[in-house]
Amino acid sequence: MSYLPEGLPAPSAGADDLSAPYWEGTRREKLLIQSCRGCNHWQWGPEWICHRCNSFDLDWREVQGRGLIYSYQRIWHPVHPALNGHGPYIAALVELPDAGNVRMVGNLLGDPKQDVPIGGAVEAVFEHHETFTLVHWRLA
Amino acid sequence: MSERTLRGKVVIAGIGETDYYKHGQSPDSEFKLALRAILAAAKDAGVDPKDIDGFTSYSNDRNDPSRLSAALGIKELRFSNMQWGGGGGGVAAAVGNAAAAVACGMADCVVAFRALAQGQFARFGRGTGAPLASGDDAFTIPYGIMSPAQKFVMKVVRFMHDHGVKQEALRAISLASYYHAQTNPRAVMYGRPLDEAKYDDSRWIVEPFHLFDCCLENDGAAAVIIMSADRAKHLPHTASYLLGVASGSDHRCAAPVHNGPNYPSSHFATVAPRLYEMARLGPKDINVVQCYENFSGGVLMSLVEHGFCAPEEANDLLRLENLIAPSGRMPMNTSGGNLAECYMHGLELVNEAVRQIRGDSVNQAPKHDTVIVIGGPMVTPVSSLILGSEATL
Repeated sequence: MSYLPEGLPAPSAGADDLSAPYWEGTRREKLLIQSCRGCNHWQWGPEWICHRCNSFDLDWREVQGRGLIYSYQRIWHPVHPALNGHGPYIAALVELPDAGNVRMVGNLLGDPKQDVPIGGAVEAVFEHHETFTLVHWRLA
Repeated sequence: MSERTLRGKVVIAGIGETDYYKHGQSPDSEFKLALRAILAAAKDAGVDPKDIDGFTSYSNDRNDPSRLSAALGIKELRFSNMQWGGGGGGVAAAVGNAAAAVACGMADCVVAFRALAQGQFARFGRGTGAPLASGDDAFTIPYGIMSPAQKFVMKVVRFMHDHGVKQEALRAISLASYYHAQTNPRAVMYGRPLDEAKYDDSRWIVEPFHLFDCCLENDGAAAVIIMSADRAKHLPHTASYLLGVASGSDHRCAAPVHNGPNYPSSHFATVAPRLYEMARLGPKDINVVQCYENFSGGVLMSLVEHGFCAPEEANDLLRLENLIAPSGRMPMNTSGGNLAECYMHGLELVNEAVRQIRGDSVNQAPKHDTVIVIGGPMVTPVSSLILGSEATL
């Protein structure tokens, strides 16, 4: 069973396929983050150019699915029909120390009313849907 | 080369607005609302609407200057400008862009305006109806982050965590806007007072935002007319001079998927110093504050980044008694603002700033020679401006 009800918009790599390697990686439960072949800098979210050295030669490197909670939100008011009557849920902003502290967004699994520790350690959980896979987090 | 500045070069010659409505309740189309506000501003300035020769707006306003020009029968269109960026981030920039055009001779009588009819068009506070999310949205929407409150709140959570800011500080921001709206017949929340208990009992939208921490969604239009400072002595009222304006954002502010380096921020870190530099003023010189409330937490960070208090002083400054006119030490959002007068993407705050300079606000501050308007926070680019009376030149 998924953390949020089915029916929310599904992620798409977009018409330009910029983020396709990331989404393909999640299907194999691998976390792939952009890294510059020119200067070794990590960046997230995906872009066509390295913001540090302006090289277009970007790679996708696998990182450990572990991070630290940088911030979070507990959402009560549904703004999409799929969430009507669902109750609160938590989204977390997670820093990845293994990838230059880039930040990723995902849901924080577990009790939606739990106290959320900023700075707390979390690990990635891959949630497979029919056509895509989401990356969530749970307290480690 | 002479000093490059807009300080004292232009005045806001006229202000206008329509009646303000709850979203979906305007009897007029959005374009008709825009026309009404522009005509009202022209009348206030004492200018023939057909002498308007430029338009500026922001947030992809749908009411195109060419159509406005044709509809109004203006003689000659010389300047039409759209400030990029969403929400009310561009409100002060739209005034600044108009001012720049007037100051350098590209136009003489420029309207900065915003019109919204969320009944005719989509509401802001609803999620997408699209089946797919791509680009940045692909990394947030499937996790249930899609409304403006949800996009911005993690900045506020982290800021409050880092600096020990309490819920009561947010509450005071909301209470101040509702307090002022009770004496403002234009306000959508006129006759609907708010107190601490009602705030505390209101439902969460997303923690720490209660219902009353979130802006309204409204229909209406507002407009200001910018002309050369030479016009000041011919105006039917006290002149409001533009002392400074700045827009933009700091390094990689819009980095995708919440990766801006200075994350717990309203995005004014570089903009506010430039504003004060042009105005040759500092926060201690400001008499009245109009600070855009998309969400109360954005006001908190905007005030800090404009130097009105250190982060650790926010709990002390943000108390209702400090924020209300005429007695407070920092009267703020004296018309009711986005929370309680009308969500006109902040242009209603510019109008109120001019009323304060003129001395005819319904919540008049005792000292009103300098008024700051801080535009929509947490988006990018953001913008803010300072108006002053003749005594400040």
